[in-house]
Amino acid sequence: MSGFSVTRFLAMLHKEWIQMRRDKGTVGMTIMLPLVQLFLFGYAINTNPRHLPTAILSGGHSQYERDIVTALANTSYFDLREYNSEYEVDRALARGDIMFALHIPPNFERAVDRGDSPQILMEADATDPTAIAAAASALQVIVPTALTRDLPPNLHQSVVSAAPAFTVALHSRYNPEQITAFNIVPGLIGTILSFSTMIATTLAITREREAGTMENLLAMPIKPLEVMLGKIVPYIALGYIQVGLILVAAVFVFHVPVLGSIPLLLLCLGLFVGCNLAMGFTFSSLARTQMAAQQMSTFALLPSMLLSGFLFPFAGMPVWAQYVGAALPLTHIIRICRGTLLKGNGLADIWPDIWPMALFAMVVGLIAVRSYRQTLD
Amino acid sequence: MTAAIDVKGLRKSFGPRKVVDGLSLAVQEGEICGFLGGNGSGKTTTIRLLCGLLTPDSGSGTCLGFDIIKQSEEIRLQIGYMTQRFSFYVDLTVEENLNFVAQLYQIPDREAAVKDIMVRMELDNRAAQLAGELSGGWKQRLALAAAVLHKPKLLLLDEPTAGVDARARRAFWDLISDMALDGMTVLVSTHYMDEAERCHRVVYLAGGKIVVQGPAVDVVENAHLVVFEASGAGIGKLVHQAREAKGIESATVIGQALRVVGTDRAVVEAAIAELKAPGVTWHDVPARLDDVFIHLLGTEEATP
Repeated sequence: MSGFSVTRFLAMLHKEWIQMRRDKGTVGMTIMLPLVQLFLFGYAINTNPRHLPTAILSGGHSQYERDIVTALANTSYFDLREYNSEYEVDRALARGDIMFALHIPPNFERAVDRGDSPQILMEADATDPTAIAAAASALQVIVPTALTRDLPPNLHQSVVSAAPAFTVALHSRYNPEQITAFNIVPGLIGTILSFSTMIATTLAITREREAGTMENLLAMPIKPLEVMLGKIVPYIALGYIQVGLILVAAVFVFHVPVLGSIPLLLLCLGLFVGCNLAMGFTFSSLARTQMAAQQMSTFALLPSMLLSGFLFPFAGMPVWAQYVGAALPLTHIIRICRGTLLKGNGLADIWPDIWPMALFAMVVGLIAVRSYRQTLD
Repeated sequence: MTAAIDVKGLRKSFGPRKVVDGLSLAVQEGEICGFLGGNGSGKTTTIRLLCGLLTPDSGSGTCLGFDIIKQSEEIRLQIGYMTQRFSFYVDLTVEENLNFVAQLYQIPDREAAVKDIMVRMELDNRAAQLAGELSGGWKQRLALAAAVLHKPKLLLLDEPTAGVDARARRAFWDLISDMALDGMTVLVSTHYMDEAERCHRVVYLAGGKIVVQGPAVDVVENAHLVVFEASGAGIGKLVHQAREAKGIESATVIGQALRVVGTDRAVVEAAIAELKAPGVTWHDVPARLDDVFIHLLGTEEATP
């Protein structure tokens, strides 16, 4: 009996091989999943995002201004749209509709011609420092060249030698020091929550099925919604404890500023937890085994991590990937966390991110209840 | 008397396999009906069809007057079902499990009901024990307690005593008999012949159909089996010879005796006349229920 037996080892190997072959679903997923993900993320992730939405607020429409706009557009980092008031620009920046805002002062042309070297203000949403880094540095490059063609000869000289025709001041809003933790920590709140809550419910039904308790439960007078809510509510409570701990750590350890309303944030996080639990419950109902259920939740979690704007700039993703991202609850909760904590956003600002989550929770909740089989068929 | 179960032409297939194949069954109120048949004969599937856990492919009928297809929720409220596999939460105590069940059935005065059933099933000393730590016999007790907690009119038991020792089985059946006397209808599947004999009526299933049914005594009588037993030192040598003999369906050594079963008295008598060994004597003995079922299982295999 002592020592290693090749026969016994081969017997075990053979048995596992047979079992693996019979479990076609799992094998298929194990092989296909990484491939799908490789293509999905390989194309979608871009840490040097271009075409960032940029607002222009300009006093006039002089040749110089048109030159600057053209120069900015030529860098391909900025997609420019015109705005009419400071207020609109502020709102758009808070909502995340734009990432940059270019303020060209009134009488800019005259100031340049006078040789005053006027200053242009570029505001940037620094809640995601990675997203704006490359674009911000490109901004400095255009300054000396943008106006070269149209400057009168007397000023032309001075651009190259002494004072430039104009200067650009970059103003990092919301996270002026561009501290990475301010970006990561609010994002982590959502990410950590999705892991802990989804995995918990993923096993909820499969565990009953594997333990044999499901048959008994089905034979008793209990409705699918009662089963679902009964299984989900304890985890919502658990989720809130986690939220509390993470928020305390975010504020006191990472010194993340809290500019917005915490109760509002808690409410949104509750909705988010609900989304995840409904999703976990659906996987649990659909999967035959705990293993399969876990694979399904991994399939949902990874895209959440990578396409939600948590790790990589959302604006850098191709349009199709942005649509995928927009469907994920994590995308919205991350925006809400960053928005309320760093920007002090209120209900009106975060509403565009609340309703998609509510819709998600309703649709997936319905699927969850429907997918719960009341019979053993 | 009214029928607690009255179903006709039930059919259920899983893929190409017909598990229940045109089964019609009527069970009267207050009756203990024994469900017998080999493994895979459709006992469990039939029970699941009756309590609405499975939807029949075709066929119809009622359970306690409720339509088994359209009113499975009403049926669930009034039946007690005990699954073949232990299906309670191993990480909850006996009392917690029972409380959970009582709440699902919305039993009024839950605490008293749970306490009452625990006393009745002698589970009260184990109230605080985790269900997972109970021995086989006690697990069955817990399952039965949970199945009858809401005082169902119909009890469906799927091999309730599999793997339980004889004493526990007897005690379990005493409880079932008592409940039947109180008017509860019981449909119970089993592989044990002593249990089958305790039923008012046995129903034998093969290939998803009822082959034989009736009171155990009648079933034995109607099978018209011829049984002989030989005793003596030389029986061991005769077994193989007996199995080859024409007209003998089965030959088994049971303790000190060799038991042979056939259907034609003249042929069997002729056969045993050839089975001679020193000190071996043959006696004509009455057939038992298990002889009948082994006979039925044999004919089942003969007809594909």
